[in-house]
Amino acid sequence: MTALREIEFRDALREAMSEEMRRDKRVFLLGEEVAQYNGAYKVSRGMLEEFGERRIIDTPISESGFAGLAIGAAMMGLKPIVEFMSWSFSLVAADPILNNAPKMLYMSGGQFGCPVVFRGNDGAGGQLGSTHSWCVEGLYSNVPGVKIAIPSNPYDAKGLLKSAIRGDDPVFFLESERMLGNKGHVPEEEYVIPFGQAKVLREGTDCTVASWGRPVHFCMEAAEELAKHGISCEVIDLRTVRPLDIGTVVRSVKKTSTCVVVDQSWSFGSPGSELASQVHRHCFDDLDNYVHRVHTADVPTPYATNLEQEYLPNTRKIVEAIRSATYNL
Amino acid sequence: MTSLSNPASGPAAAPVKDVHAKVYGDLDHLQAPPVKVDVPAETQLRWLRDMLLIREFEIRCMQAYQEKKIGGFCHVYIGQEAVAVGCTQAVRHEDPIVTAYRDHGHALARGMAAKHCMAEMFGRIGGCAKGKGGSMHMFDKANNLYGGHGIVGAQTPLGAGLAFACKYMDEVIDGKKNSRVALCFLGDGALNQGAFHEALNLAGLFDIPVIYVVENNGYSMGTAIARGTTMAHSLVTKAAGYGIDGYVVDGMDVLEVQAEMKRIADKCRETSRPAFVDMRTYRFKGHSMSDPRKYRTKEEEEVFEADDPIGKLERHLKASGALSEDAFKAMLKSVRDEVRDAVAWSDASPAPGMDELFTDVFVERWGPYTGSTQPEMNGGTPNLPGTLTIDTKEELL
Ligand SMILES: Cc1ncc(C[n+]2csc(CCOP(=O)(O)OP(=O)(O)O)c2C)c(N)n1
Ligand SMILES: [Mg+2]
Repeated sequence: MTALREIEFRDALREAMSEEMRRDKRVFLLGEEVAQYNGAYKVSRGMLEEFGERRIIDTPISESGFAGLAIGAAMMGLKPIVEFMSWSFSLVAADPILNNAPKMLYMSGGQFGCPVVFRGNDGAGGQLGSTHSWCVEGLYSNVPGVKIAIPSNPYDAKGLLKSAIRGDDPVFFLESERMLGNKGHVPEEEYVIPFGQAKVLREGTDCTVASWGRPVHFCMEAAEELAKHGISCEVIDLRTVRPLDIGTVVRSVKKTSTCVVVDQSWSFGSPGSELASQVHRHCFDDLDNYVHRVHTADVPTPYATNLEQEYLPNTRKIVEAIRSATYNL
Repeated sequence: MTSLSNPASGPAAAPVKDVHAKVYGDLDHLQAPPVKVDVPAETQLRWLRDMLLIREFEIRCMQAYQEKKIGGFCHVYIGQEAVAVGCTQAVRHEDPIVTAYRDHGHALARGMAAKHCMAEMFGRIGGCAKGKGGSMHMFDKANNLYGGHGIVGAQTPLGAGLAFACKYMDEVIDGKKNSRVALCFLGDGALNQGAFHEALNLAGLFDIPVIYVVENNGYSMGTAIARGTTMAHSLVTKAAGYGIDGYVVDGMDVLEVQAEMKRIADKCRETSRPAFVDMRTYRFKGHSMSDPRKYRTKEEEEVFEADDPIGKLERHLKASGALSEDAFKAMLKSVRDEVRDAVAWSDASPAPGMDELFTDVFVERWGPYTGSTQPEMNGGTPNLPGTLTIDTKEELL
């Protein structure tokens, strides 16, 4: 029964890359430890064997250099996939990924696109401290010209990554170290998932809970718990934040009249604040309460485990926010 | 030309040479002139104990990591002890130092008490950063340790900045000749970060008395140096490109490290010029706690283990009659006791109070931010558990 095949998140990512590399010789992968070491997180395991060292390329610790190299190669018509061991390390490559990739098409008056996929771990990995726990969507979603996918499960990861690789525009693909071992259903048959299509994971009538990436799982837990107390939540996984499927959220809020946005980046000028603002605008007459938001605390990421737990969005905070938004305190 | 020949009946000379050539990419890597060692025996004994303390500390770290008392990324310094000890002993305490994430050895060598270093890794309030920095981010103001930096290469421009400030304070503010040098440690992998090259150019251009000590252990994670770095056999040529003097030093010999570094530091201090050191060393363990080391052979590891900087000094001191077997046993015991006490102390140190979440974001108090406090090791009174005056709910953020 192929329909019930379950694979890990990391395997889903690898399948997407390998399938696209078989289809299209212009696609290649580069990054630190991706080839001989099989990937720092084993996402690219076995790919060197299949595709050889011309297409699976180990780089030195030179993020600015290899990100820029990929952009140059993309301008020539290749389709690079760049693995950042962690998106936290992309900050040293800020200029190529933010100043070159998203603007090349515009600056060149439509002549040069940048079909590069940058991918890697994003978000707190578990006591990695301030420098290694970045949620870069908070910063990078502010920049026009890039698409940003933040999948929450293996099925979406594979389908979205395939469409990212096939597309003609630069994509930031944000994975989570904490989810790479998560298993989920991924069919054997080929599929792609277009960007900008949210998925309703759970239908409900009292509160719309919108999120993306890892916190989606906490939202599902919160919904489960509140269901026991008669509060019915509609949980929406946005899957991509650029483009943002505001339509699906608005349709839901028109039904529930309340909304909680859960975003693991900092609150100030974030995808969460953008979504909340758009919901306020489109659902002004439908809302029974202001849109509540759950983010990480507005401080650098602490190392100590008790502080880190309190810092991150968690199920308890989401439950509290939903109770508050629905006047069920 | 090591100052201490290795009297152990280790592997024959030729294979050692071959293995070194394979790891560092050259045949005759130790071009430095022979060092005359005239360090008093009691000083050498102190350095032996300093290295043993680091070794024992790191062994207990690995255990504590298995026991899940330490989280996140943890990189131990086993094998490289002679570098931190020899280098810090070659400069003055007021000379600032900065390093990367493999930083426990530097913290201890600089004088941080083992308990504050261990408690930091346990995420406890008694840690050097109250449990907020973790293994990769050790800071100690009183001992002039400016971190512990987790991003590869991040500390390299900072190192130039530390030395720039030393010189500025002396020459611009106090109107006297510069008296300090800064030590900036980095891994061989950091040579490939843009920041490093910008820092070297600045140091060369501005006459900044900073010494870049490349702890060349032959690998960045699973990447052997020659696979990721051009001119791996002659790293000093990189410094030459920026007009900076380069040296190759045997980092497996604390006496040589100290003597060479003293010479280099004296020159830097005198001339107010930067320097670059290709410090040949080896990490005996994996990159971090989860590294099966499939990228290198057991034989290679054995060659370097036979060159263990601790065993080498121990044998030298015993041979010269400065250290008896009983005295060595007593030294080992005192080191074990010290680290065991550090673990017990860290176990007993409470987790940081929740108020710490919003402390140290700004010096100033405003909004949800509760200003800044010093850690216990600096005589401060950090927020203890049981205090949650901050409402971390959405409204405040
Ligand atoms: C900018 C950046 N890229 C990648 C990493 C992940 N990383 C941490 S340590 C390391 C290897 C560094 O090797 P080296 O500089 O030789 O130091 P060593 O670990 O040998 O002490 C890598 C790739 C990082 N921390 N920062
Ligand atoms: Mg190294």
